[in-house]
Amino acid sequence: MKSGTIYDLGAPGRRAASLPPLTEPEQKILSLIPAEVRREEPPWLPEVSQPELVRHYLRLARLNYGVDSGFYPLGSCTMKYNPKLNEGLARLPGFAGLHPLLPEEEVQGALAVLWELSEYLKGIAGMPGISLQPAAGAHGELTGMLLFKRYFQDRGELERRVKILLPDSAHGTNPASAAMVGFRVVSIPSNERGTVDLQALEAALGEDVAGIMLTVPNTLGIFEEEILEVTELVHEAGGLCYFDGANLNAYLGRARPGDMGADVFHFNLHKTFSTPHGGGGPGAGPVTVSEPLVPYLPVPQVVKEGERFRLDYDRPKSIGRVHPYYGNFLVLVRALAYILTLGDEGLREVSVGAVLAANYLKEKLKKTYKLPYDRLCKHEFVLSGEGLGEVRTLDIAKRLIDYGFHPPTIYFPLIVKEALMIEPTETEPKEVLDAFAAAMERIAEEARREPRLLKEAPHAAPVRRLDEARAARQPVLRLPRP
Amino acid sequence: MSEYIPHTPADIRALLEGVGLRDVEALFSDIPEEVRRRFRPLGLPRRDEDWVRRYLTGLSERSTGKGLVPFLGGGIYDHFVPAVVEYVLSLPELYTAYTPYQAEVSQGTLTWMFEYQTMICELTGMEVANSSMYDGATALAEAALMAHRTVGGKKVLVPRSLNPRVREVLATYAWGAGLKLVDVPYGDDGRLQLSEIPEGACALIVGQPNFFGVIEDLSGLKDQLGEAFLIVYVNPISLGVLAPPGSFGADVVVGEGQVLGLPPSFGGPLLGIFATRGEHLRRMPGRISGQTVDAEGKVGYVMAFQTREQHIRRERATSNICTNSALCALAATVYLAALGPGGLRRVALLSLERAHRLAEEVSSLPGYELAFSGPFFNEFALRCPDPMGAVKKLRRAGIAVLPPEEVEKAGLEGALLVAVTERRTEEELARFVSALKGGMG
Repeated sequence: MKSGTIYDLGAPGRRAASLPPLTEPEQKILSLIPAEVRREEPPWLPEVSQPELVRHYLRLARLNYGVDSGFYPLGSCTMKYNPKLNEGLARLPGFAGLHPLLPEEEVQGALAVLWELSEYLKGIAGMPGISLQPAAGAHGELTGMLLFKRYFQDRGELERRVKILLPDSAHGTNPASAAMVGFRVVSIPSNERGTVDLQALEAALGEDVAGIMLTVPNTLGIFEEEILEVTELVHEAGGLCYFDGANLNAYLGRARPGDMGADVFHFNLHKTFSTPHGGGGPGAGPVTVSEPLVPYLPVPQVVKEGERFRLDYDRPKSIGRVHPYYGNFLVLVRALAYILTLGDEGLREVSVGAVLAANYLKEKLKKTYKLPYDRLCKHEFVLSGEGLGEVRTLDIAKRLIDYGFHPPTIYFPLIVKEALMIEPTETEPKEVLDAFAAAMERIAEEARREPRLLKEAPHAAPVRRLDEARAARQPVLRLPRP
Repeated sequence: MSEYIPHTPADIRALLEGVGLRDVEALFSDIPEEVRRRFRPLGLPRRDEDWVRRYLTGLSERSTGKGLVPFLGGGIYDHFVPAVVEYVLSLPELYTAYTPYQAEVSQGTLTWMFEYQTMICELTGMEVANSSMYDGATALAEAALMAHRTVGGKKVLVPRSLNPRVREVLATYAWGAGLKLVDVPYGDDGRLQLSEIPEGACALIVGQPNFFGVIEDLSGLKDQLGEAFLIVYVNPISLGVLAPPGSFGADVVVGEGQVLGLPPSFGGPLLGIFATRGEHLRRMPGRISGQTVDAEGKVGYVMAFQTREQHIRRERATSNICTNSALCALAATVYLAALGPGGLRRVALLSLERAHRLAEEVSSLPGYELAFSGPFFNEFALRCPDPMGAVKKLRRAGIAVLPPEEVEKAGLEGALLVAVTERRTEEELARFVSALKGGMG
């Protein structure tokens, strides 16, 4: 049976790239390697011509759905449009071609990018310190937890401050990040309004708490109205406040985490700042920090002296490096281009557009679907697929594919049964929002009249519904050698 | 109005009407007034596309290093990238998609992930590979954490010849997780000298080749380690000519995949390679594509073993990783597919041969000698009386090498580290030698 991979194609001896010829006989060159570590058998790799290769990957691209294909309301992932200008800028030879270990005086332009972006991100967060090193949001979280740990170690409190509080509406990466540096995770329940229960928080706080990890707005898309009370309570108890910035699109250009009491805040440049998601990465997760945490930031820090930029390694209290160089530089270039293009006014339009689109869809869809937390939302909202007879949320999601849309995030957050988490972003015109709402309404109708249509969906995708259980039961994780 | 946001004033009125609000400010009434009052803008005007293009192009041209001939290595190498790699990375349905949570509309991503996993298993000689980590350094750190979870013990044996930057990242992760790094020295041949395995060791890390370019002998190491993990940190290009670490009983093979089709990129984004033995599959971090069938029995791919991952297992997950380095793994997939087994071997042979030719010529210059006697791949440490002076001479000839202080971090003083790839021409090699000759006598 064909695997659909590039290994189906080609013939021995074909190749899709040309290289300079060898100038010495192969055996002579190979004799430079001791026999016991020499490779005897070549790796099994495809042998295809360039046209075969190009057609294969173009075919794979057509099996995929991206933001450029259509509406991609994947909640908490902020699948906004990726500006094409920025793609070209990231490929400039003066950026992409630079080796990271060139001397500082030879990379002044790249250091200028790092410095300038740092200044803007600090301004957007309203916080005095930054590191651009984290390669993704979860990497930023890990950096934040390491910063917490170093801070308490420096104060001699590490032994007793062992707990991290986590609202039950937190991102899944949060508890995993806290656990990676040895913190114990304690869950804080949400109240009936979908926000942190202050009484439960107070009860959980004490001398053994290192801090809290908050997602603002939370994964229900709800802003923590009592955010100042929350951070004040944590600070009074001697703890620190981590803010997950995955949902920054909700208040970009009109509020700053630093003004809400954040001690560490991570950006997801691949969400809020429009850098492409790349099929799963690379992203970038810079962290900004409050004054007390500045001494612990990763090394090096970029500093500006007159017109020159320099890397500062002399930071004795630093947690060290979390990246071997300076972070995902080409992602940072794209984010800087985005900020420069929008300016203050544009950044403000982002949050207006994102929040307006989410509330508009929410008001339309709550007539047909259950809305567990019926209130003003921010950039996203969570419906429940319950109450539509025998169909489940998974079936609704798969049926949306037939209507030409990417499904929303499903079964998350865990506190809503049969959750459908919808984030339209600011880059979708009203006509698309209306078309999506109409599809959702028709699907609800189909669920009552002809549930089989949903249960067997998708019908119009490149494949029918895939058997996920089989992939775990009979794992096939690579092609077997022929 | 921004070119990326479609809402006209009329659209905004219509949307607001749908929401039942009178103005956009009301959308933010749930943000405490005090917080909104404290807000300060950046003071940035809106710019047009051509302005931004010119401005950033200007910054890109300010880095004088872009015009230098790179004999630079230290973990990032200047290998040739065929144009087809860039072509595939620019296909919109591939680069504007996200993690393939919805398999039926993500068969493109899941299929190339499966191809990638197959190729990485082939290169490394391992049974399973994930679909990417951020970079080689964090892949190594995660491998150490995995070793600790699997066999217990808090000591990780780390050669002094490991890439110092990779070691620094490992040290940060290890401190966070309460692991202890124990130094392993290297000998006059530049190879690691492992005497005994201390009590409580969960892993030994070996660079293949190591930071100095020296090829390690991996035979017998796993027997010496017993339960403890043998973790091999590879330059994947070298595996075109070096025996796969799997054949020496490695438990985990990690490495920096930048060399497989990515430009140096001022150090990011990179590609973390991660492969292990089948028995460790459930402890492996990161995403995996698995083959299955659809409702009609047609072959397809899904994300497999998600129960290891953070969004399901939360604080008991194998790692917190979510967003990874997918597009960089796609670059590696296309690169390896374009080169095929013969091309990969050719790149490795050319790099190997040119590095040795240069090493032979420069080490015959008076005062210059190879720092180590051991076999090396495409990079070598060159001892010389005045390394800074040598760097300056090379710079005047338009050539860049690793700054000596970078080499000192691995405990080697008074030496340059020189890397050679298949891209370095006869003329450039000759220029290198004559630059060092110049002003010597």
